[in-house]
Amino acid sequence: MHAQTPVATPFPVPAASGAPLAPSSPARSCGILRVITCGSVDDGKSTLIGRLLHETQSVHSDHLDAVRRASAARRSEQLDLSLLTDGLRAEREQGITIDVAYRAFSTEKRRFILADTPGHVQYTRNMATGASTADAAILLVDARQGVVEQTRRHACIASLLGIRHLVVCVNKMDLVGHCAEHLARVRREFLDFAAVARPDGLSSLAERASIAFLPISALHGDNVVGHSERMPWHAGPSLLGLLESLPDAESPILAPPRFPVQFVIRANGHRSHDYRGYAGRLASGSLRVGDRIVALPSGAASRIARLHIGSEDVDAIRASQSAAIVLEDDIDVSRGDLLVAETRPGYTSPQLGSEVIANMIWMHRNALQPGRQILVKHCTRTVAARVTAIRHRIDLNHGSADTTTDKLELNEIGCVELRLASEIAFDAYAHNRTTGSLIAIDPQSNATVGAGMLVVARGHATVDLDARPSEELPA
Amino acid sequence: MSTTHTANHADVDALEAESIHIIREVAAEFERPALLFSGGKDSVVMLHLATRAFWPARLPFPILHIDTGHNFPEVIEFRDRLVASLGERLIVRTVDDAIGAGLLPPDEDPTASRNLAQIPTLLGAIREFRFDALFGGARRDEEKARAKERIFSFRSDSGRWDPKDQRPELWSLYNGRIRRPMLASAASEGGGEHIRAFPISNWTELDVWSYVATRSLELPSIYFSHRRDVVIRAGKFCPVSRLLPAAAGETIHRLNVRFRTVGDMTCTAAIESDAANADDIIRETRTATTSERDARLDDTTSDSAMEDRKREGYF
Repeated sequence: MHAQTPVATPFPVPAASGAPLAPSSPARSCGILRVITCGSVDDGKSTLIGRLLHETQSVHSDHLDAVRRASAARRSEQLDLSLLTDGLRAEREQGITIDVAYRAFSTEKRRFILADTPGHVQYTRNMATGASTADAAILLVDARQGVVEQTRRHACIASLLGIRHLVVCVNKMDLVGHCAEHLARVRREFLDFAAVARPDGLSSLAERASIAFLPISALHGDNVVGHSERMPWHAGPSLLGLLESLPDAESPILAPPRFPVQFVIRANGHRSHDYRGYAGRLASGSLRVGDRIVALPSGAASRIARLHIGSEDVDAIRASQSAAIVLEDDIDVSRGDLLVAETRPGYTSPQLGSEVIANMIWMHRNALQPGRQILVKHCTRTVAARVTAIRHRIDLNHGSADTTTDKLELNEIGCVELRLASEIAFDAYAHNRTTGSLIAIDPQSNATVGAGMLVVARGHATVDLDARPSEELPA
Repeated sequence: MSTTHTANHADVDALEAESIHIIREVAAEFERPALLFSGGKDSVVMLHLATRAFWPARLPFPILHIDTGHNFPEVIEFRDRLVASLGERLIVRTVDDAIGAGLLPPDEDPTASRNLAQIPTLLGAIREFRFDALFGGARRDEEKARAKERIFSFRSDSGRWDPKDQRPELWSLYNGRIRRPMLASAASEGGGEHIRAFPISNWTELDVWSYVATRSLELPSIYFSHRRDVVIRAGKFCPVSRLLPAAAGETIHRLNVRFRTVGDMTCTAAIESDAANADDIIRETRTATTSERDARLDDTTSDSAMEDRKREGYF
């Protein structure tokens, strides 16, 4: 049952840009839907995933036997399906999910990759990890509790990370007599929140994502795969039916092409004649042999002479393909550079700068404060950086900006200013999940301490591709 | 398992693109990577992906086989032939060498699995060659501890995996930073901090076979139906070999079998099958009710067998 919410105007676009709105995502192919489950502790996430896997016949009998043995060892009367994904000893001992688990399963209509993410606040970073590549989020709500703080937090995090479909599953309907009023209450509470919450300060949750509501019982399987006879008042599809019918992610093929250079392939030999190919994965758009490209940040320009996928010569490549590009001219291109197409009508130019503003999820127990040195990995470039300011903290419980603090504690998200040791070429995360994302690494411990979603370069510097012809640049 | 969905070409192409991206990241960010290779189907796929990632150049890293000495002879023959045809560099380090060097005590029971004995052998090779990254062919669908593991999985100085303190891994931004000893001689017992990289994490057994079929990859002959002497132990078809002959009182059956996974001969069971090629196997895999690891007798001993081995430094 779909809510009467505005359908997908998912990413707010600053008026200045005027780009085709096709946010791209890493690691996505046509038809595969990546889904995360989130919600509060004990809302039944792992049980729901176990139920989905079990009822789609995606669990092998030896894995099921292991669950049966473990359930019996815990004197559990029923098969404890959470044991299918709570794969770590500590998780089984504590009965909670600590880390994200990925499980692939398929139906006749679609292939899914499910990420089961933890509910505890202290594992928020692992929830964000699962959300970063997901297309849809299943938000579990306990029918007895209604919408709680974790529901609001997870909805905001999912939306900030670019998830465009929220499926609110009101679980444990069996414990409230399968009564429709509980669904209605959750719908009311959630939509009231979605109308006012603006996790990025720009647009509301309701504007950023489609929102659907389903009454389910993960434990008994109601409305998970099949329709529930115990809730005849629910006319809509089951959860699986809904997931199968979600539209494919908007095609990043229509977006402006972005090709982060990973590796320079060089070969000398009879079959290769001093081959020099720029290897990478096309983050968005498409490129054809003959296209004029510009390397950023240098601005050097050339034309595509050949395109390779593996050993095959191809005429064109499209978003998410790994390829190698051979250029006509001998220009200076190396790992860390971003190849983009020359301006075409309707294409946004990337932004270029060393002072950038980003929404940052902080993942380290020592709070982030201005002055902190970090390493930033953005696409294929790693640069030293300093956090120069914390503009505000995002109050995830209200979806609003809190300007009364100048630090971010573990698991908090805020808007920060970064000064990088060298320029990067990027897009706003709202336009491109690959060229708009970064991770923060602690230079001492090498731990990943933050995840950033770029908003804008200070001073709104965009690259004027036409104003930087290659002949003006030193060779 | 009745996986009704056809693992189609679009799926496999998408998985290949993701895997090649990961392989190139490792090659770009590390000084001394190596590709772990066993001759099994997953490592054959890995090797093929790597050659495609760097075509037309040679691989920018060597191939490393940690040889238990308990391999099926067909697999070793296949390994040597494949590596020779590619012209790539193969390094073999054996459990027997590790025993000889005193890294390991001699086998107490010559019929026992040498899976655990691979760990010190592997860590010894990491130390010897100062490898800073190793590619593995593990997949998340194989086992529940593997479903939790990162694509870039950090290993401590002593080669250990800490499942409770994994680096968050967002988007496709992999953090491959490690501490490097200032002096080569300072490398610790585990060989120093390193990364295990798993480029085919998101593949399933069916994807692997679809890829094998699409790309016409050659595999060791034991993956396909053949006549073999087996004995039935705990309901499983165990191959009769020089390492593990039939015990007194056991009946030897000569059956059409194949192996879904190849490992230590003493702990890898076969299944009855007439599947003679990859297409037959795809049909069989779609309707298989057990996972391929059901044939690994050492994984079924405890609920945490894989996690425990991985913590110690296993693949």
